[in-house]
Amino acid sequence: MTTAHSLSTATSAPNRAPALAMRGISKTFPGVKALDNVQLQAWTGEIHSLMGENGAGKSTLMKILSGAYTADPGGEIHIDGQLAHINGPKAARAAGIAIIYQELSLAPNLTVAENIYLGHEPTRFGVMADRATMRRETAKVLERLGAEFGPDTVVNTLSIAEQQQVEIARALHQRSHILIMDEPTTALSTRETDRLFDLIKRLRDEGIAIIYISHRMAEIYELSDRVSVLRDGTYVGTLDRAELSADRLVQMMVGRPLSNLFDKQSHATDRVVLEVKELTDGGRRVKPCSFTLYAGEVLGLAGLVGAGRSELARLIFGADPIAGGEVWLQGQRQSLRKPLDAINAGIAYLTEDRKAQGLFLDMSVRENITISVLGRDALAGGLLNRAAMARLTAGSIQDLRVRVAGPFVTAGALSGGNQQKLLIARWIAIHPKVLILDEPTKGVDIGAKAEIYRIISELAAKGVAILVISSELPEVIGISDRILVMREGAIVGELRDEAATQENIMALATGTTEMTQS
Amino acid sequence: MNEQATPMTKTFDKTFWANLMQTAGILPVLIVIVIAFAFIAPNFLTENNLMNIVRQASINIVLATGMTVVILTGGIDLSVGSVLAVSAVTAMVVSLMPELGWAAVPIALLIGLTLGALNGVLVAYAGLPPFIVTLGSMTALRGLAYLLAGGTTVINSKIDFAWIGNAYLGPLPWIVVIAFLVLLATWFLLRHTVLGVHIYGVGGNPQAARLTGIKVGLVMLFVYAYSGLLAGLGGVMTTSRLYSANGVLGTGYELDAIAAVILGGTSFVGGVGTVVGTLFGALIIATLNNGLTLMNVSFFWQLVVKGLVIIIAVALDKYRRKGPGART
Repeated sequence: MTTAHSLSTATSAPNRAPALAMRGISKTFPGVKALDNVQLQAWTGEIHSLMGENGAGKSTLMKILSGAYTADPGGEIHIDGQLAHINGPKAARAAGIAIIYQELSLAPNLTVAENIYLGHEPTRFGVMADRATMRRETAKVLERLGAEFGPDTVVNTLSIAEQQQVEIARALHQRSHILIMDEPTTALSTRETDRLFDLIKRLRDEGIAIIYISHRMAEIYELSDRVSVLRDGTYVGTLDRAELSADRLVQMMVGRPLSNLFDKQSHATDRVVLEVKELTDGGRRVKPCSFTLYAGEVLGLAGLVGAGRSELARLIFGADPIAGGEVWLQGQRQSLRKPLDAINAGIAYLTEDRKAQGLFLDMSVRENITISVLGRDALAGGLLNRAAMARLTAGSIQDLRVRVAGPFVTAGALSGGNQQKLLIARWIAIHPKVLILDEPTKGVDIGAKAEIYRIISELAAKGVAILVISSELPEVIGISDRILVMREGAIVGELRDEAATQENIMALATGTTEMTQS
Repeated sequence: MNEQATPMTKTFDKTFWANLMQTAGILPVLIVIVIAFAFIAPNFLTENNLMNIVRQASINIVLATGMTVVILTGGIDLSVGSVLAVSAVTAMVVSLMPELGWAAVPIALLIGLTLGALNGVLVAYAGLPPFIVTLGSMTALRGLAYLLAGGTTVINSKIDFAWIGNAYLGPLPWIVVIAFLVLLATWFLLRHTVLGVHIYGVGGNPQAARLTGIKVGLVMLFVYAYSGLLAGLGGVMTTSRLYSANGVLGTGYELDAIAAVILGGTSFVGGVGTVVGTLFGALIIATLNNGLTLMNVSFFWQLVVKGLVIIIAVALDKYRRKGPGART
């Protein structure tokens, strides 16, 4: 309790019990012990971050707290010093616990007020919804949050950030005093993130205990009063704000020190592979963009969320209609009307949203890897060549170190990192000349991140031209030979070597200084 | 395509049994129903009657097989009953033409294929929802069937394809043999061809399918054309047993086909399912029809029982799949 914020609350009321104390929590699934004797303590008025690799048990622990799962017998949950029996979502809500998941759970076609009151609408004469009360109370909560929309706004007209505010409003309205936020910034822009952080801090100061789950080190630093770390379903420890360091956190999370994550060796050549000339979608999201990509080069594409990076990639991949400009591949102009054209030319695109746009979750690992090449090469003809499929799958699993019980496991059963490797394997199978990776390490744990960086480096060494879109600055700086920065649909600068710093990238991305580069 | 049923199966043996369980799906329900009727329905468990059940199921098997392929892509084909009627009437009308009698079957099949392809074009390239497209074609084609038949029943007692509905191949009626050949061919298509994997892919994740280079439009066009072709075949099978055809033929068949597919464990959102499951589904429906009739249960009660069994069977299946070990 060494931070300023928690000092005030914790020392002024030294005898008070913590807002939340979980002790001896275990959870066994058939064949897996997801949590083993885990503890967690959070005080009123603190932001308590929960860290750990994917699969460390963070989500399971939070699902127990929010009543989605029941813990094994033996564990105890105390709310404000009182033993609480949380046996379902209702009991959790009654205990003052609210959780805001990554995927928001609002009814998109209803208004803000209707969403906030969903399931417990106030009534007049027992039947009619008391809309006046709903509106008035909702307006009060929204004002407390500093929201810029009213209670009658229909939810699907709101941005993701605003929808998040609605969820928070609902939690406040239900008088929750323990608020769990699971990776709330994943879909937010930098500005929206800043506003969310202000809000979170304000809620903390108003006396709400906040449990914050995130992979992003920068967020943890900015927000946390304390950080607890889980690893492989066990509790590793808790650090005070003053004790935080990247090395320590990584060591606690992965059980080994942060070794060199990035392979700084460049494999760039001067052989031009891809030339993009004045490519545009007509100016809606992408203004005319030009750049050159060389064999063996890793070119970073940085910028704020919404700067048009994915949209530019989709144009190069033929996924969206091109309104103007040209794409040249190894000296030949390409006509890209659909993704298949790009794939046939040797351009591969790993999408940002692997579940919605990449994986076939119900299909096996083998089919997910081989589906891009089923009609090609050794697998030509209309019939499946099972031997070739098996060879390709086994080779991919081995090369990319996919952790999976076998080729027939469904893709949906894999962890985020392994799913990502599966998709990379799918694209490696077409032997691409150009590989575009859109946020390749989004939502994967640190161990898998390091392996994805290694894979990128190995592909570059083989001469593949790689374009990496990444919003994580240390990552884009660490793996790229050269960095392009986009802002508002245009490429606004190029950085390399010493100039490739977080400050310079942000300056270009936000347009705060007009940098010129040679 | 369904060998991925249980994650964490390491040995071949385990995978094999898991596959079998997955494929078997609704089979236990079928067995229970058969055993129950064996005890309570007179003359149920005779060789003759069992063959009857399979014969009665054969047209639904053909339609439901096409329906399975459509539903696997996340679509639906409500028009199969009407396509069946148009094809059947066409076959009859053509068979009455002096010079063209021989062409009755090929033309009927071609009509089915074409009408199906029309559905496919509207779904795949005009981007209209399958439910709406096939609801429309179901209605329009029903009308067309009446028009072709001139509002009456077309009869021809001397069709040269009568063998389809009446002759035997060894101990097996041809109509049953044809149904099983259709099933086998479709199983092979789904299990052993690139197109089969693409069908599951399009149903499982259409966005990803496009971004992976699958020709989503062509796959969609194919499945509706295939369903249409099989509905055409269903028309030929029906009319060859009846020596006649009219506009009412096949009314409501689409619902029996859909019921068989759903009973068979195929997911309504697409991407998951097998034709073997559909076979069991079709047999359950036929067995119920047959057994209840033998027991002299009134037609009205038959409908009630059939509907309830469908709901209960699917609920049981869902419960079983979600049982221990299942993770989301």
